[in-house]
Amino acid sequence: MSGESAKSNLPPLSLHVPEPRSRPGDPVDFSDVVIPEAGKQPRPAENADPKDMTNLSYDLVRVLNEGGEAVGPWDPKLSEKQLLKMLRDMALTRAFDERLYRAQRQGKTSFYMKCRGEEATSIAPAMALDSEDMVFPSYRQQGILISRGYPLVEMVNQIYSNKGDKLKGRQLPIMYCSRRLNFFTISGNLATQYPQAVGWAMASAIKGDSRIAAVWCGEGSTAESDFHAAMTFGTVYNAPCIFNVVNNQWAISSFSGFAGAERTTFAARAIGYGMAGLRVDGNDALAVYAATQWAAHRARTNQGPTLIEHFTYRAEGHSTSDDPSAYRSADEAVEWPLGDPIERLKRHMIGLGIWDEERHVAMDEELANEVKAATKQAEKNGILGHGLHQPFETMFEDVFEELPWHLREQSEQAIREREIKWPE
Amino acid sequence: MAIELKMPALSPTMEEGTLAKWLVKQGDTVSSGDILAEIETDKATMEFEAVDEGEITQILVPEGTDEVKVGTVIAMLAGEDEGDGDTESATAPAPSPAPSEIEQAPTEPVSVASPPPPVSRASDPAVPEGTEMVGITVREALRDGMAEEMRRDERVFVMGEEVAEYQGAYKVTQGLLDEFGPKRVIDTPITEYGFAGVGAGAAMGGLRPIIEFMTFNFAMQAIDHIINSAAKTNYMSGGQMRCPIVFRGPNGAASRVGAQHSQNYGPWYASVPGLIVIAPYDAADAKGLMKAAIRTEDPVVFLENELLYGRSFDIPDLDDYVLPIGKARIMREGSDVTIVSYSIGVGLALEAADALAGEGIDAEVIDLRTLRPLDTETVLASLKKTNRMVVAEEGWPTCSIASEIIAIAMEQGFDDLDAPVLRVTDEDVPLPYAANLEKDALLSTPQIIEAAKKVCYK
Repeated sequence: MSGESAKSNLPPLSLHVPEPRSRPGDPVDFSDVVIPEAGKQPRPAENADPKDMTNLSYDLVRVLNEGGEAVGPWDPKLSEKQLLKMLRDMALTRAFDERLYRAQRQGKTSFYMKCRGEEATSIAPAMALDSEDMVFPSYRQQGILISRGYPLVEMVNQIYSNKGDKLKGRQLPIMYCSRRLNFFTISGNLATQYPQAVGWAMASAIKGDSRIAAVWCGEGSTAESDFHAAMTFGTVYNAPCIFNVVNNQWAISSFSGFAGAERTTFAARAIGYGMAGLRVDGNDALAVYAATQWAAHRARTNQGPTLIEHFTYRAEGHSTSDDPSAYRSADEAVEWPLGDPIERLKRHMIGLGIWDEERHVAMDEELANEVKAATKQAEKNGILGHGLHQPFETMFEDVFEELPWHLREQSEQAIREREIKWPE
Repeated sequence: MAIELKMPALSPTMEEGTLAKWLVKQGDTVSSGDILAEIETDKATMEFEAVDEGEITQILVPEGTDEVKVGTVIAMLAGEDEGDGDTESATAPAPSPAPSEIEQAPTEPVSVASPPPPVSRASDPAVPEGTEMVGITVREALRDGMAEEMRRDERVFVMGEEVAEYQGAYKVTQGLLDEFGPKRVIDTPITEYGFAGVGAGAAMGGLRPIIEFMTFNFAMQAIDHIINSAAKTNYMSGGQMRCPIVFRGPNGAASRVGAQHSQNYGPWYASVPGLIVIAPYDAADAKGLMKAAIRTEDPVVFLENELLYGRSFDIPDLDDYVLPIGKARIMREGSDVTIVSYSIGVGLALEAADALAGEGIDAEVIDLRTLRPLDTETVLASLKKTNRMVVAEEGWPTCSIASEIIAIAMEQGFDDLDAPVLRVTDEDVPLPYAANLEKDALLSTPQIIEAAKKVCYK
C-alpha cells in the first residue's frame, strides 16, 4: 500500500468497528446512557398517529422515580393485588433461574438460560396482555409462562427432558411450548417468530377474532431479515401485533453496537416503517406494563402494531455455555444505571405501605422452597442422561399428523431390532 | 443420605476440565448456592455451586487435578433428611440400563434383509364408469383445485407476490381475486422470507394458507421458514402446534431463464422430515393432489413446472377429485424395463417408451407424483416385474431423487435386478442460457431411450 496513489490528496478511507464501553478489568462507564427523569414522558392517545409520537422512540418511558414513587402519565395505577402478583412472579422467576442454573452445573440438564435483570420485560407484558392473546417469545421470556400459571414442575420436566416432558424429549431445554396457555413453541433460530407472530395476528384479523399477538426478540436479532420482513408486513396490513425488542445490551459477547445501537435506538426502527414506537425503561415493571397496555389497546382497536424497545441489562451470562467475564466488565451489572427491576418494584411497594423487607425475605424463602419442591418432584420423572425417559418409538410420532407408512415401517423395524438385541 | 457431587459440564460439548480450587473442605456445611469449587476448561473458568444443602463428607478429587471427566464423582455431600426417600436416587441414580445395554450390544447388525412387511399405500379413488373426460390445462387444474378448496373451507387463502390483481406471475391464480376478494387472495411485499414466515404463523393461528412463490428459485430466501419452522413445529411442540400450509410455485427449468431461475428443488425438500413434497405431471394429478395438499394437516411443498402450465390433459369431470398423497402412478404398463420419473420428466419418459416400443422394448413408466413420502412399494413391484430400471429426472444427478430410487433398489430390490439401475439427469452444471447449451444440458428423450436400451443390454 506504499505506492503513490493517483488520488493521494484524498484522505484514506477508514472503517469503524464498534467497541463496547468497557472490557474485563476496565472501569465501568455508563455516562453516555441518558436517563431522563421519570414521569416526564408524554402519553399519547391510544389512537395517535405514529408520526406525531416519534419523540417517544428516542425518549425513555419511565414511571418509577429514584424515590420509588410512581409518577407521570404512564403510571398504570395497578391495584395492590396486581402489584403483589407482579413482584411475586418476578421473584419466582429469579428463584427458578437460580436453582435451574445450578441444576445444569450438576449435570441434571445440558443447558439453561437465566433472565436476571430482565424479569420485568416478560412478567409485566404477560400481565398487561389478555391471557388469550398469543405470545411468540424468544428464549428469555420464561416469566410469561410463570405469570400465566404454567406449573413449575412442567417447566422442569421439559428442562430435564424426562418422562414427564410434555414435548416428548424433542426440544432443547427451556424451549417450552404450551398451546393451552397460548405460548408458541420457542424457536432456536433467532427472530423466526417475528413474521410468524405477524401471520398469526393477520389470521386473527382475517377470522374476525379479538385476540392479538405479541412477539419478543433481543436487540441483536433486529439485524435478522425476519425482523424487517415482520415490520413491513405488520405495518402494511396493520396487523394486531406488539413487537418487543429486549435491548439487554449484549448478544452473547457482541454488544448492542453491532446491531446498530451506536447510531440510533431500536425503537426508532419503528419510524421508518411508519409504526408506533416506544422506548421503555425495561427495569421499571410499571413502565413496561403501561407501554404494553397502551400497545395492546391500540392493536385490539385496529389502530395498528407497536414496536417497544425495552432498555435493560442482561445481568448474567447469555447461557450456561457462556462466560461473560471473558468479554465484559463484571461491574457492569452492578452499576447499571436503571437498577434491578425487583428491587425497584419492592421499594415502590414498601413506599406505598403494602410491603416490607421482612415479608420480602419470607417470600424469597418461600419461593426458593416452592422451586426446590418442583425440581424434586420433577426429578422423580428422571433427569437428563439417566435412562431412556421417552419410549424410543415416540421419536417417529408427530413428524406428520398421521404416521406415514415409511415411518411405520421404520418404527416396526426398530422395535424388531430391539427385540432381537435386547430380548428382555 | 449421601449425595454424589459430580464434575459439572460448562457446556453440552465439554468432556473434561481442571478442578482448579476447592472453596470448601471436608466437614463444611454448605447451603444451596454456596460456591464449592472453581472449574477450568480451555474456554473459561466457572464456579461450581451447591444445589442441595448438607455437609461435605468427602472430597474425592483434590484441587489441581487436570483432565477430570465430566460426571466423575468429585465429592460427597450428606444431605439434610427431608424424609423424601426418592431424593437420593433422583439426585445420584445408578447408571441407567439403556446406555450400558447399548455398550454391550452385539456389534453385528441385525439382518435388514427381512424387514417387516411393507405397509400398504392408499389407492387413487375409482373413477366411475362413464365419467366424462374433459380437456384442461395444468394451470387451470391447479386454479380449480385451489378454488374448490377455497369454496369448501373458508380458512383457505392464497398469498404471494402478484397473486391478486395480476392473477399470478404465471396466471395460476386467475380469477381467484374476483371470486374470493382481497382478504383471501393477498398481494404481498417482495420478501419471500416475510410471507413464508407470515404464512407459517397464519397456519399456526388456525388458517390454511397457500403460499405462492413466483418460482421456487426465490423460495431459497424462505427456506428457513419452510424447513426450520413449518416442517418442525408439530414435532418440536410435542404435537401441540401444527402448521397446515401449502408452499407452491413453479420449479425446475423453464426456457431461457438462466442459471438462477432453472433449478429443481425436489431433492432438497424431499430430504426433510416433516414436509410432504408433491411434484405432479398432468392436470388430473395437479388438481387432485392440490386438493389433498390443502386438506392435509402437514406442511406441503408443491412443485409445479412452468413448461407444463399450458399443456392440456384429460381430467375426469368429478365434483370432488382428491388423490392420495404418497402414491405413485403407473402411466404406462410394460414388462421389459421400468422408467421412473416425476414432473416434466414423465412426458419425456412416455415419449421414450413410445420410441422403445418401436424397437421391441416394452417399457413401464412410473410417475412418482409425491417425492416425500416416496411410494417405494410401486417402484419395487415394478422392478420385480421388469428387473431393469432407469430413473429420468429433470435436475442435477448428485443427491437426487434418482440417487434415492437407486439406493432403494439396492437395499430392497437387489435380488430383482438384472442390470445396474441407471439415472438420466441434467448435466451437473448451472443451467446455461444459450438455447443450444441449455438444450444439451437438460434431460432429453434420446438419453432415456439410450439408458433403457443399455439396461436391457440392447
